[in-house]
Amino acid sequence: METVTLNSNFKSEEYFINMGPQHPATHGVLRLLLTIDGEIIKKVEPDLGYIHRSIEKMCERDSYQQIVHLTDRMDYLSANINNEAVCLTVENALQLEIPERVKVIRTIIGELTRISSHCLWWGVMGMDVGALTTYFYGFRDRELLNDIFEETCGARLTMNYNVPGGLMFDIHPNFVKRVKEFIAHFKTKLPEYDRLLTDNVIFQKRTKGVGILSKEDAISYGASGPVGRASGYSCDVRKHHPYSALDKVTFKEALRTEGDTYARYLVRIQEMWESLSIVEQLIDNIPEGEYRVPTKAVIKLPKGEYFQKVETARGELGVYIISTGLKSPYRLKFRSPGFSNLSLLNHIAVGGKIGDLVATMATLDLVIPDIDR
Amino acid sequence: MTNESLQELIGSWSPNLEFNEEGSQYLNVTVPIEELHAVMFKLKHDDQTSFDYLFCLTGVDWGEELGVVYHLESTNFRHSLVVKTQTAERENPVVDSVYDIWATAEFHEREVYDFFGIKFNNHPNLKRLFLTDDWDGFPLRKDYEDNINMIIK
Repeated sequence: METVTLNSNFKSEEYFINMGPQHPATHGVLRLLLTIDGEIIKKVEPDLGYIHRSIEKMCERDSYQQIVHLTDRMDYLSANINNEAVCLTVENALQLEIPERVKVIRTIIGELTRISSHCLWWGVMGMDVGALTTYFYGFRDRELLNDIFEETCGARLTMNYNVPGGLMFDIHPNFVKRVKEFIAHFKTKLPEYDRLLTDNVIFQKRTKGVGILSKEDAISYGASGPVGRASGYSCDVRKHHPYSALDKVTFKEALRTEGDTYARYLVRIQEMWESLSIVEQLIDNIPEGEYRVPTKAVIKLPKGEYFQKVETARGELGVYIISTGLKSPYRLKFRSPGFSNLSLLNHIAVGGKIGDLVATMATLDLVIPDIDR
Repeated sequence: MTNESLQELIGSWSPNLEFNEEGSQYLNVTVPIEELHAVMFKLKHDDQTSFDYLFCLTGVDWGEELGVVYHLESTNFRHSLVVKTQTAERENPVVDSVYDIWATAEFHEREVYDFFGIKFNNHPNLKRLFLTDDWDGFPLRKDYEDNINMIIK
């Protein structure tokens, strides 16, 4: 048989392709402009703004109570933690003494929110790399949490449960019982997640050594949350700047050093265990007391600048308020974790294949309204 | 480092820096716009300050001036600093980019350019980030007017 040799003069050509804004792997309206050579990525340029609502400009018009509602619509999977961030900033500025009960409930719901967000991420992560079952498993467990939230706050996603001064209303009488039931249930399900996806050989081949981010680059790009921690960068706001009841609990910061897609995956799985442990430590010891301290109907922050960081499911959310002493902030900036995490996508995706880009993006866990604000 | 020793050290680099701790939980330093890049470079690379994490970059319209606020933290020493700079030039405001010092500044500076019209010298890709290229004006400026999209109470 004659051997066919490929023509050595064969030239490949760089070309340009659109990914999104309706691509299933971008999970929202994100458009990526890809420059590719065959299947090798040469450049990724995100095109943003498809759902930009200019929340920061709206905040300059609204009262502090109204601003809390808008934050639900940023990172909707961490809605409660976003609410908490604004409330903490306002409370610190007013130097309000917040009851212990409020702090504990906020932390419990915050950690449950994190689990719920990671459940959705886990389901979608599997789906992005071709395992549809994970999607149903993730949503099955997340549904239980949404039911708990619904019973207490009346909403399943945009919870809007925090107000400056405390909580909108007290927890539902069933809350403690149902959360305990969830913990018992989820402890049997997390090992199932591992058996299904974590230990899956095909999944490991798709993710190990893909999209590597070094620690130095993680810091320089302002990575936070699981993305930073998978690169060995200790950036958990809950550890370094604890807020609410997080200084009363013990938990381990999930850290890995590989910095690849698989490490980011493992960090989030580990975080779900840690969040369960935080909730377990607090759920039996919710102190009695008020669920809200009264504030003035029109809140005016003293002249000055206030900054508050919290750890959402995606990383570090910063709220920066410049007040001139009026009923609305003079300038309010949200430093959103997704924005910084997206900015490093080009850095870690170049040189890889399109399929790897999908896996890498899945572990950045982008929520587009959080980036667009 | 404590705020006092930070102020002493950084203050020795240039006589034109103004420090302020009032009304803020961080130490604030206002840097003249022409010295910004040199000071920022030193803040990151000096062994004692080592501000390697730029966690927030904000554009502010002060009414008369346009300004940029940089929130810095050191992941080694866990101390923080707020650097501010401003310019009275509203028609053509230009600030040096710090993209070469912290990579995260690339996107943040594009956002500031998009909403405040502040241009950044030496920025690799300075164009609008969220808005379309033909958008008229800079929406987060205080004198921006849009009778259709803005609801004013």
